[in-house]
Amino acid sequence: MKLTFPHMGNVYIAAKAFLEELGQKVIPPPRTSNKTLEIGTKYSQETICLPLKVMIGNFVESIEKGADTILLTGSCGPCRYGFYSVLEKHILADLGYDVDFIVLDPIGEGLDKLKKNVYKLFNSRNMKDVIEAAKLGWKLIKKADYITALSNRKRAYAVNSYEVDMIMDNYLKEVENTFGAQEMMELMDSAIEKLNKVKIKDNFTPIKIGLIGEIYTVIEPFVNLEIERKLGHMGVLVEKSLTPSIWVEHHIKSFPFGSKTERLKYELAKPYLKTAVGGHGRETVGSAVYYAKNGFDGAIQLLPLNCMPEIVAKSILPNVSKDYEFPIMTLIIDEMTGEAGYMTRLEAFIDLLKRKRRKVVNG
Amino acid sequence: MRLKVGIPRGMFYFDYYFLWKKFFNNLDVDVVVSPKTNKAILNKGTELCVDEACLPIKIYHGHVDYLKDKVGYIFIPKMTSIYKKEYCCPKHLGLPDMIKHSLKDLPPIIDTQVNLRKSDANLKKFAMDVGKHFGISSRKAVKAFNEAYKEYEAYIEMLTSKVIPIDVNKRYNDMAFITNIKKERYGRKILVLGHSYNVYDHYINMDLIKKLNNRGYDVITAELIDENRAREYASKLPKRMFWTHGQRIVGGAYYLIEEKIISGIMYISAFGCGLDSVLMDLVERKAKENNIPYTLLTIDEQTGEAGINTRIEAFIDMLEWRNRDEADISTHG
Repeated sequence: MKLTFPHMGNVYIAAKAFLEELGQKVIPPPRTSNKTLEIGTKYSQETICLPLKVMIGNFVESIEKGADTILLTGSCGPCRYGFYSVLEKHILADLGYDVDFIVLDPIGEGLDKLKKNVYKLFNSRNMKDVIEAAKLGWKLIKKADYITALSNRKRAYAVNSYEVDMIMDNYLKEVENTFGAQEMMELMDSAIEKLNKVKIKDNFTPIKIGLIGEIYTVIEPFVNLEIERKLGHMGVLVEKSLTPSIWVEHHIKSFPFGSKTERLKYELAKPYLKTAVGGHGRETVGSAVYYAKNGFDGAIQLLPLNCMPEIVAKSILPNVSKDYEFPIMTLIIDEMTGEAGYMTRLEAFIDLLKRKRRKVVNG
Repeated sequence: MRLKVGIPRGMFYFDYYFLWKKFFNNLDVDVVVSPKTNKAILNKGTELCVDEACLPIKIYHGHVDYLKDKVGYIFIPKMTSIYKKEYCCPKHLGLPDMIKHSLKDLPPIIDTQVNLRKSDANLKKFAMDVGKHFGISSRKAVKAFNEAYKEYEAYIEMLTSKVIPIDVNKRYNDMAFITNIKKERYGRKILVLGHSYNVYDHYINMDLIKKLNNRGYDVITAELIDENRAREYASKLPKRMFWTHGQRIVGGAYYLIEEKIISGIMYISAFGCGLDSVLMDLVERKAKENNIPYTLLTIDEQTGEAGINTRIEAFIDMLEWRNRDEADISTHG
């Protein structure tokens, strides 16, 4: 069994080390590129949302590298992500690829099925081993997220922000050559050490922006056209409302109650949206209020074209923006998004935030 | 003066108007329905609604806008789930919220949640909550709802056993029906598939059903397949279908395809519909396997009628060729 999984930001770093530790052979897909997107767009149905298209590209590329089993998390509505596994099986079968799927559906779909899949994946029949391994996975994913957040921080404050990019690029390249959790931890530690040595500007208060919206577009740098880097180079501090560790904490670690931060977001969203609307629609509204209340200068909502929950959120956000005098910009992404237009919108938004801040300071 | 509740003619109106009207009347409340969708309503809706939403949602905004000065309340239930362990579209889940944040100067909105995901008992809660808006006791509200529901069930039975409601307006005004599925006229039946609010709104689908009738084709819709039968066929999917609309659309289509009752499928989908992007693919694959012609009509606020007419005509021409050149059609039809 040679495992692969779709890319989603830095998840593969933790997932690779974690699965290798369990004795699995892992073939992560090559980093998502224009070629990936091209393959995905060609073979997926036209009307589906962007994440599926990119995933198909990921799968085809890693199958060509030798993978034969695909690992995927499941969901059961109301977002269409729940049907991804079915559509993807069809598409890959059409292309003549013979691959297995391991889909981890939520417990509501039957505990036995989930257990079977977990044991298959974890190469073990013992719940204790599974829990031990899960703890290790949690540690890895937290650290990977820490590095991403640290790099975003450093980039905003750095004298030369491209230095941070170089460290990160090196780190990401090295990831492919490591094996197992031990080596991965060491690599991560050295990356942290290097990042901490980056020279920082004195007396500098960056513009602070919260990234909100659909989880895949927020986390996956190729899909959001490296928005964190682009903003970082403009001297903007970026915080993401959703990261892999926030997701794990909410859906797995604190099951079935949900994590504290996410529950806080529900509470904040309440005056605008009382019930869940699927996906991360409610979290988007809650995060916008959270950032408005916590001294951020603005927020950017990211969503793939036609994402249903985020469209609901988008129709509510103008009122959040008005009530808190808090600028929010929405960027919709699909396979046709051009980088130049995207950049212009980002620059214009940052200019607006800078001007707003000056106005406040000068009265 | 009796209280007036406005029901916008869009979204779930096409499924539940019969039930809602009876329910409100039992509560001694008058019901006002917005007129059939027209150009003015579409334009207003497009103007008010967030750009990214699908056409039926935009039109719904227009209907609410039409009603807002004419009634004391507007009924926009939050249809979270209408079947155990299943959901509706995320936009249905957020519909009252979208309306409240996009339109100004609205009368009180009755946005009671319908959530049967965990248990049907929540229906009782729904009835009580709606009753509260009019100061009606829980017991009376539940009784009013149960009575309305009984009549609604009789109507559903009629739908699946004998008759098809082709025209929603007729269905409620003078109950004109045409006869239901009969196997012997195989070759002249077309399944018009899609969400009920696209299939039954003549403005959205540009009178597709009438156009097909004029060419001598009978029309079947997913609503007139018995729900249990549709569910049985939908359960053949490799994964449980978690959308109630999906159960009906995919299950109904699978049944009609496998039993060879229809000669073609026309899928009406609003641009950007998330459910349809999945459902269409499932239905199209099945149709291809069984050699049933399939076409998709995508509509949005810019769609021109001439283009749609051409597509309908081309599809029908193709069906006629199949009929004429026997080689193509099934021998047992």
